[in-house]
Amino acid sequence: MPVLVIAEHDNQALKPATLNTITAALAIDAEVAVLVAGYGCGGVSQSAAVIAGVDRVLLCDHESYLHPLAENLADLIAAIAGGYTHVLAPASTFGKNVLPRLGALLDVSPISDIVAVQSPDTFVRPIYAGNAMATVKTSDQKILVTARPTAFAAASAEGGAAAVEAVEPAAEPGDRVRFVGQELTRSERPELTSARVVIAGGRGLGSSENFKLIEELADKLGAAVGASRAAVDAGYVPNDYQVGQTGKVVAPELYIAVGISGAIQHLAGMKDSKVIVAINKDEDAPIFQVADYGLVGDLFDALPKLSAALD
Amino acid sequence: MKILVPVKRVIDYNVKVRVRQDGSGVETVNVKMSMNPFDEIAVEEAIRLQEAGRAEEIVAISIGAPQCQETIRTALAMGADRGILVETEQDLEPLGVSKVLRECVDRESPDLVIMGKQAIDDDCNQTAQILAGLLDWPQGAFASTLKFSDGRVDVTREIDGGLETLSLLLPAVISADLRLNEPRYVKLPNIMKAKKKPLDTIPIEELGIDVAPRVSTIKVEEPPARSGGIMVASVEELVDKLKNDAKVI
Ligand SMILES: Cc1cc2nc3c(=O)[nH]c(=O)nc-3n(C[C@H](O)[C@H](O)[C@H](O)COP(=O)(O)OP(=O)(O)OC[C@H]3O[C@@H](n4cnc5c(N)ncnc54)[C@H](O)[C@@H]3O)c2cc1C
Ligand SMILES: Nc1ncnc2c1ncn2[C@@H]1O[C@H](COP(=O)(O)O)[C@@H](O)[C@H]1O
Repeated sequence: MPVLVIAEHDNQALKPATLNTITAALAIDAEVAVLVAGYGCGGVSQSAAVIAGVDRVLLCDHESYLHPLAENLADLIAAIAGGYTHVLAPASTFGKNVLPRLGALLDVSPISDIVAVQSPDTFVRPIYAGNAMATVKTSDQKILVTARPTAFAAASAEGGAAAVEAVEPAAEPGDRVRFVGQELTRSERPELTSARVVIAGGRGLGSSENFKLIEELADKLGAAVGASRAAVDAGYVPNDYQVGQTGKVVAPELYIAVGISGAIQHLAGMKDSKVIVAINKDEDAPIFQVADYGLVGDLFDALPKLSAALD
Repeated sequence: MKILVPVKRVIDYNVKVRVRQDGSGVETVNVKMSMNPFDEIAVEEAIRLQEAGRAEEIVAISIGAPQCQETIRTALAMGADRGILVETEQDLEPLGVSKVLRECVDRESPDLVIMGKQAIDDDCNQTAQILAGLLDWPQGAFASTLKFSDGRVDVTREIDGGLETLSLLLPAVISADLRLNEPRYVKLPNIMKAKKKPLDTIPIEELGIDVAPRVSTIKVEEPPARSGGIMVASVEELVDKLKNDAKVI
């Protein structure tokens, strides 16, 4: 039986994390199907069909799936899960919202945030903010997994030729959950979790105005902007900038941490970056312990110099 | 409105966790334990609803060893009205915890369950969503604002792209994200008062629920260590290293 991957998308385009999840699925079984549930999402199913390694695309195009509500999606997936050994979703707020609810419907204990597949029933996942790695084996007949996107390479978006078949929507959800609205952060910069370079600011920035220093540098490097929890809590930047144990996990080629002390909860979200730079005025800041290049100094002095050096 | 708040006892978030030599788990002997930080936020939210006249009773529930009484007492000292300990020495996974919580919901009939979005030990981020699924209730996971009116709650959720607001029909399950509120400090007199608040203990066997684990831990290891870095003396040196050594810019 094949493995089912739940595509994350916004009815217009697939989210890149779907491609990483497909790679995790291919490490489990060579036969992979992708479910695209949405409304007016035919184009998304077409892009899913050409991903290398995908055998089959299931398209459920219906009003109930205009927004990815966990209640509706879990019902739909439960109805079709019978034909699959595994159901995978990205370990994003989307996947984390839906998959455990599906677990309840199928009486399965889900496995969150895997970073490696050892065998079809054995996976590695971080615990305690990444301070320990657990190898876990499940005895469930059906296996539900969310995969950490940064731990799996993206499947190639081209090269496949899967058939797209329509699936029936699950029962009407009714009025118990209503979508009210969303406030998405708009940015011309690359997406945080898939950017090649990330520049993150912390409490040391002191204000949202000062975050412009980070943004200026980001624009020169084509980088995404991230932040520590303290910077988000203080309102310098929106919540979706948070990197860490309970925010986003990133693993870019280059991560520059500015005015961030390096609490374990922050490190959990960035310590798998290839090259880490830390700029901090406190030479004892724990961030220096994970940095490849550390610069002790005032960020208000260093950032403008760095920007100038990149002109 | 009656609110149920599940609270988990975990290794304190300030403790540097150490992996046991034999790979069986992490060191818990003589380690400071506290309430899971997200659960403090959940308790705080419940208390604010009570203070605003929206909630009549807050029941804190913990599932675990007898020491979890301390965690429940903390919730009572913050302002919860009574506690329930479902006692077991076994470490339950989120599915098992959710099944126990469903039973507690059946007994207590709350209008709302507010809990943490994630336990900082297993980092599962599952229990609220599983519980909602078992109960067939709407779920508001990763909540940063709650607004109640006419038997519904508007939940603003922290999602990867920003914020999303859903309106849920009560009863519902909510999981608290970091920015829902800032939990209060517990005052000494309240700790004394909390000792007199009712705390029932139920042995887990009495509930007759199958909580046998589905997932077993084969081993626990240290994460791969990063190789040591260097300090640079100036911005010029940093740029030079990034361009010529690391070749990342
Ligand atoms: C349950 C829980 C979950 C959490 N999840 C996360 C998470 O996902 N992500 C996260 O980031 N945190 C998280 N945290 C918070 C974490 O513990 C830290 O509090 C937070 O990361 C600190 O942010 P910071 O480094 O910006 O602030 P601080 O620790 O205050 O550090 C500021 C740093 O800036 C430096 N600085 C100040 N001024 C300057 C200057 N002019 N020039 C140069 N350097 C300067 C200081 O030396 C200091 O090192 C979590 C905490 C809890 C309890
Ligand atoms: N043993 C437990 N006792 C009480 N509540 C728990 C327990 N385990 C998990 N929870 C609740 O479920 C939330 C999410 O936990 P988890 O799904 O393990 O990340 C926690 O923040 C708690 O509110």
